[in-house]
Parts: sequence; C-alpha cells; structure tokens
Amino acid sequence: MKKIIDILQELRPEFDFTTSEDYIEDGMLDSFDVVSLVSMMDKEYGISIKGREIVPENFSSLAKIQALVKKYGVTDEV
Amino acid sequence: MARLVTDYLEATAKKYPNKPAFVDEHSVLTFCELRDSAKRIATSLIKAGLFKKPIAVALGQSVQAVVAFLGAAYAGCFYTPLDTDMPESRIRKILETLEPGAVITNTAYSEKMASAFNEQKHIWIYDDIVQQKPDEKVVDNIQKRLIDTDVLYVLFTSGSTGTPKGVIIGHRSVIDYIDWVEETFHLDSGSVLGNQAPFYFDNSVLDIYSTLKNGATTYIIPRKCFAFPIRLLEYVRDKKINTVFWVPSVLTQIANYDLLDECEIDCLHTVLFAGEVMPTRQLNMWRKRLSNALFANLYGPTEITVDCTYYVVNRALIDAEPVPIGIPCRNSDILVLNEKDELVHSDEKGELCVRGTSLAYGYYKNPEKTAEVFVQNPLNPYYPEKIYRTGDIVHYNERGELIYDGRKDFQIKHLGHRIELGEIETAAASLPPVKMACCLFDAAKDQIILCYVGDIAAKELREKLMSLVPEYMVPKRYEQLDLMPLNLNGKMDRVKLKEMLVKS
Repeated sequence: MKKIIDILQELRPEFDFTTSEDYIEDGMLDSFDVVSLVSMMDKEYGISIKGREIVPENFSSLAKIQALVKKYGVTDEV
Repeated sequence: MARLVTDYLEATAKKYPNKPAFVDEHSVLTFCELRDSAKRIATSLIKAGLFKKPIAVALGQSVQAVVAFLGAAYAGCFYTPLDTDMPESRIRKILETLEPGAVITNTAYSEKMASAFNEQKHIWIYDDIVQQKPDEKVVDNIQKRLIDTDVLYVLFTSGSTGTPKGVIIGHRSVIDYIDWVEETFHLDSGSVLGNQAPFYFDNSVLDIYSTLKNGATTYIIPRKCFAFPIRLLEYVRDKKINTVFWVPSVLTQIANYDLLDECEIDCLHTVLFAGEVMPTRQLNMWRKRLSNALFANLYGPTEITVDCTYYVVNRALIDAEPVPIGIPCRNSDILVLNEKDELVHSDEKGELCVRGTSLAYGYYKNPEKTAEVFVQNPLNPYYPEKIYRTGDIVHYNERGELIYDGRKDFQIKHLGHRIELGEIETAAASLPPVKMACCLFDAAKDQIILCYVGDIAAKELREKLMSLVPEYMVPKRYEQLDLMPLNLNGKMDRVKLKEMLVKS
C-alpha cells in the first residue's frame, strides 16, 4: 500500500512535503492537486472521502491527512 | 446604443454610481470608482503616447485587472490578460509576439515580468499609474476617434507549433455578445455574478461586460474556493450569488462529492456553463437540487467571441444522452459543412463553421494561421464573406439541435482549457534527452499521456515540463518507450499508441 507521502510526492515532485508546516498556505496543493489527491487516496485505500471533509484544515499537513484517512479506518504511519 | 464597451461604464456609472461593480478578496470597487480609476490609467497611457497599442495586464484575478482593461479601452488601446502562474518561457513568447506598449503589473509579479520582457521601461506598476490625475478632456478626445470595430482585447490560446496564437476581438463583437446574454438570460441590476473564469479565459468576458452593461455586481471568487468545493458553495450562499458562468468540471466536482444538499444555495437561479463537455448525470443532479433554476449549455471558441450556440435545458435528459450545444445565438449563423464543403443533411457529421459580427479579426501578427481558419464562405462565391472554421465536429439530432462530437485534429479540451497536444510534444521534444515525444489524450479518464523515447526518468521529465508549459498542460501519465511506433508515412503512429495504452 502506497504511503500518503509518496502520493503527495508523486503529485508535486518539486516540493518537499516533510518540511512544510502548512501545505495550503505554502501553495503546495492547488485546486487540481486536492482533487487528484482525494481520488488517488480513495482508489489506493478503497475509501470514499466525503465532500464535506474536503476542507483546508484537513489537508494542511501530513498529520492532518493521516488523521482524515484514519476516520475511514486507514492507518498510514511513517 | 453602445458603440464601445466604455459607453456601458459611462451610462452605468451615472445610473448606479455607488453600487459595487467588482468585489475581490481584498477590495470593493463601485462603478464610479471603477470609471475614475480606469480614466487615471487611460490618462497615463495617453500621456505616454500609446494609442491603438497592445497593453499586457499581469494583475492576477483582481479588481485592479478589470480597471487596467478598461483603462486600456479608454485610451484607445487594447489589452491582453497574462496568466501570472504561467511559466516564464510562455509569457516571454506571448510578449515577443505582442510587443506591448506597456505591461501593467504590481510588485508581486514585477520581477517575473521583468525577466520575461526585455523592455524594462515598459513595465508599469499599477499603484504608481493609478495616482495619475485623470484628464477627462484628453480621454474624451481619444474616445471620439474610435469606432466600434476597433480592437478591445487579444487573448492567447494554445498553438500547435509551440507559439501561442493571439485572438483579436473588437468592441462591436463584445457588445453583440453581451446584448444577447442580457436578452437571453434576463440579466439586470439585480444580477449577482460569481466569477470563476480566469481573465485570460474568454468566459470571463460575460462576467465583466454584463456587469458593466446591466449595473450588476461580480464577485471574483477567491482561487482557493475551487480546491475545496464546500467553501465555494458557502461563498455562493454568503454573497447571495444568483448567476454563474462556470466550467463544467467545477459543477461536476460539487455533484460528485455529494455536496449539493450540504449548503443552502437556493439563491442561484441561473447556471451557465461552457468550455468543455458537461456530463449529463451531474447536470441532472444539479437540476434536481435547483429545480427552478435556468441551466444552459453554451458553446463557442475564443475566435467567435465567447459563444455562438446555446442550449437552455428545457426537457428531461437521460444520463446517457449528451447535453446538446443547441441552436445559434442571436446574430450568429452556424454552417455545418461536410468534407466536400457542402451543408450536411439529416444527422450527417460535419465541421461547425460560424458567420457573424462575432468573428475575430484573426491571429495577431500571424497571417498564415489566420488564413487557415478565417476563410471565404464556400457557399458564397459572389462577394467577400468570412466564416470561421472551428475544427469541431458536430451533427444535428432529430430535434434540430446541434450535438458536439469532438475535435477534428489533435486539439483537446482538458480542465476547461483548449490544448493542442502538439504544443506539449514540442515542449517535451525540446528537452535534450528526449528523442521523440507523442502526446495522447485519454478522454475517458480526462488524462494527458506523454509517450517518449529518451534516457530521462518520468519524474525528471515532468519537473522539466512544469517550467515549459502551464500546469494544466503537464501530462499526468508517462510512458517511456524503447521505440516509437511509426506509420507508413513515417509519422508517429497515434492510432497504434492509443491502442497500446488507452485500453490496457
């Protein structure tokens, strides 16, 4: 199973997702990326992230994204 | 009757001086302020001796950008909105073709503009020139010299040789279009528009000029709302937006995420869309949610001033049925021509061609490309009459409505943008390790695929492409090949590649 960090790196290879404190504020994920990230995670983990959970607060850091998928029973630990 | 788009602003600024015209994240501009600021910009341009010259505007998606557009119009110049996120190499190409008399920008983008443009003295900072005292008399004298066929804007679209093409549109064409929009969709001073289309994309022409003509208000929706669709709906609700003209992908996303019932958006009464194919299933979900709203599918390339056909959704459509592109807009004539350049019969497929005031004057400083698609009407051998060949293949259904079938060549529609796959190939092939590059489009997955031969990893190739083409043109899937399949003519065999890749 692919790790979230690998999916992020695949989406935007030019950024370092381990050092940023806030992906959204730092402009690392734009509107296309968020859509792609959600669909890639849905596919990879066999889940269906709800639209109302696609908010900046849930996508600002790796820990936040991990917390989000955990709600769907997916454990992604480094 | 309006002769120039600035006549709209003159009339509306008198009627509704203190009404908000454009609102963005940081500021609100009333019609009176808009008129005043535009005349300040115009005065600066006129005093610099600029007349009938291109003015590039790099101010992002802001109210200042609208001021700059109208400033150019008041000065008798014409404007080109630049995508500030575009790679520098593409901005450079556009500016090389355009040779603008001024590039109006702000401190956030001035560095990028300075490195993309050799004429440093022509880079103007908005905040400086808007300080200029407006000289009404000077502006009036310029306005008197203009006619309705003078150029209003030049918008750049993707070109197959790697050089973007600048579509030249006059005041008259925009006025003709905006009159039709008002009459067809009943826009008035109560209209509150939510702008999604970037200003370098011509759907935004509807937002800007309907606002000026009708004394409506346009909210320029913050970009980040489009990453988080629930935020977008909340924005629509909070600002009481009632009219939108969006690309289908935005509407589709909201429907796919099941967000339609999550937010009170009954204020929306007019939902227009264009730019790519709207999937019927998601349209039906929207219609179910907003059963009293008007939904219309609009169609048209930049070369005929935004739209030339439309379909007001007025009957039940089954999910498997395509949404028609409908019937011609008022004062547009559509000719569907077969390969013999004759009008098609019954449901025969043909190329959609357009006749009307809406036609662009051609491509800026590009007579060859202009002559290829702005041609003599083949049905009229008697006197000069131009039609525009869209390259789009369509047919009529049994109701006499036009149905879109696809592109004639390799030009595709992806994320609302028109892309020539050739432009991506040219960019990829320009990188030294790449020996051959062939770009395909998987329409089912809405995905651009790059097949290439050369000693470079996909990741590195993607990174390099990011600096050459806009993000929406960067391929998602990469296939490194040992050999490129060729057809009998020695050309890259797209059909074979597609068979190899798209099905698997």
